[in-house]
Amino acid sequence: MSCSVLRPGLLTTIQDGGRRGYRQAGVIVSGPMDALALRVANLLVGNSPEVAGLEITLLGPTLRFEADHLLALTGADLSATLDGESLPLNRPVAVRRGSELAFGPARTGCRAYLAFSGGLAVPAVLGSQSTYLRAGIGGLEGRALRAGDVLPAPGPTPAGQRLHQLLLRPQSGPRWVATSWFPEPALTPLPTAEPVIRVLRGPEYDLFTVVSQRAFWEEEFTVTPQSDRMGYRLAEPELQRRAEQEILSSAVTFGTVQVPASGAPIVLLADHQTTGGYPRIGQVITADFSRLAQVPPGGRLRFQEVSLAEAHYWYLHQEKTLQQLQRGLALFHYR
Amino acid sequence: MDQLLPSPFGPTPVQLYPLGDAAVVLQFGEGISEATHRTIQAVAACLDAHPFPGFLEYVPAFTTLTVYYNPWVASQAGQQDPYHCVSESLRQLLQQVPELPAPDAVPVVEIPVCYGGAFGPDLDLLSRYTGLAAEEVIRLHTEPEYLVYMIGFAPGFPYLGGMNERLTAPRKTQPRPLVPAGSVGIAGRQTGIYSLPTPGGWQLIGRTPRRLFTPEAASPSLLRAGQRLRFVPISEAEYQHLQEHEL
Repeated sequence: MSCSVLRPGLLTTIQDGGRRGYRQAGVIVSGPMDALALRVANLLVGNSPEVAGLEITLLGPTLRFEADHLLALTGADLSATLDGESLPLNRPVAVRRGSELAFGPARTGCRAYLAFSGGLAVPAVLGSQSTYLRAGIGGLEGRALRAGDVLPAPGPTPAGQRLHQLLLRPQSGPRWVATSWFPEPALTPLPTAEPVIRVLRGPEYDLFTVVSQRAFWEEEFTVTPQSDRMGYRLAEPELQRRAEQEILSSAVTFGTVQVPASGAPIVLLADHQTTGGYPRIGQVITADFSRLAQVPPGGRLRFQEVSLAEAHYWYLHQEKTLQQLQRGLALFHYR
Repeated sequence: MDQLLPSPFGPTPVQLYPLGDAAVVLQFGEGISEATHRTIQAVAACLDAHPFPGFLEYVPAFTTLTVYYNPWVASQAGQQDPYHCVSESLRQLLQQVPELPAPDAVPVVEIPVCYGGAFGPDLDLLSRYTGLAAEEVIRLHTEPEYLVYMIGFAPGFPYLGGMNERLTAPRKTQPRPLVPAGSVGIAGRQTGIYSLPTPGGWQLIGRTPRRLFTPEAASPSLLRAGQRLRFVPISEAEYQHLQEHEL
């Protein structure tokens, strides 16, 4: 019951909901860049939302399934094919033993998520299976996938098994079948090329010049190639403070927009450090993390100011929609 | 969104403001002080004892306690305003914070350090910069009892207070691409211990065989905010011996 890695792809890592409760020990959260996509992928295969799956970056891996599996692929459109045929996103797919999943060029977005019904059986470190590359912990030996790896995938849950049998007859028929149904499209937004990211003012917003504050909301920023799971380094325009003032280190979080002395903003992402000492001009709202995580290097984005009440409205809205999906799936497909 | 709440101790009110839609910051004054640190420790301990609905975790820093929460749970599944619920819970919490035990009740953690040589390649440089003999640098560095103000930057990395100001030295102009874990360094008026092998620009004066970050352990960080520590000089032979025992 496993899955062989024939080619690893650019950066394919195991991520679950993240490593919680250890930030005060300086241990980063890790977890998916696009948590919404991983949660939807998990729900589609009958898992709880934060079970470990694969985060696939830009150039996807080639995987061979060594047993029957129930899968779902969400997030970016990276031209996925299963046994040479185009694989639809955002729906459960029953595959037979021996099938091969491959990827082509990135069409929209840059991070796809592959969930296996029954999850991945790698050891949890500090309560999480998420890969933390710099510390070399979690996931598969604390690192990205390599050719020749064998992913321990225990195979579908009992409910997943039942859906698998409904979709694929045991002996004959096609190599794989996807469901005809798919979730509420609001939960699987197609990544947009130049998204508008909604942001709250950060604690040090007032330290910036009026010109820089205006530029932050009005100008377009480019995600530079020096961006990774820790954060996006943005280029142009540079943001200036009214006066140099030492800032004491304090906690930061996913989506914090901080500005080092160079003036080029950094948006902190899944592998961000727990604390930082740069002024925080803004904070991306949770409901837009998914959109943010799908901007590829070289991509552009804009920031739009919203209020905390709006941020919470969209947070709760997304949460409700996810829970409706989970209830619907439990009612009709994963009894 | 900023609010002022009555402080559990002393007259200065506590500032409360959001860090995005899933965290709030309690800010206790503007400067680094042991009194502020102790207040933060007391509030954190009280939060451990009385977590509010939706509370996830907190990160203490020099003047702030950042509290992470789940807005869905905090709002009772979208029934109420999450920020209002969280700020109200914290306001009530601040009114019931008990005093912490006196600081001398906290045991001192000893960090053995082999100074100079291959383990402390910048000791001579620091000695020249400060005009102190290498032995004097070591003596001044091992003299005080340091306070762990916060853990951050990397897993288990302590921000320490209490270094003798005569040891102040600038960062390296060119950071090293890889600093070994356990390296003890000085940057500006701060001293610290690298907990993971990372790139770094601190002046390295020694190295400890103790592991500051042990991911296999239930408590992965050797140090915690609020602890006190002392550096103890050891020889290279002792370093090797301790390192074997540590593993």
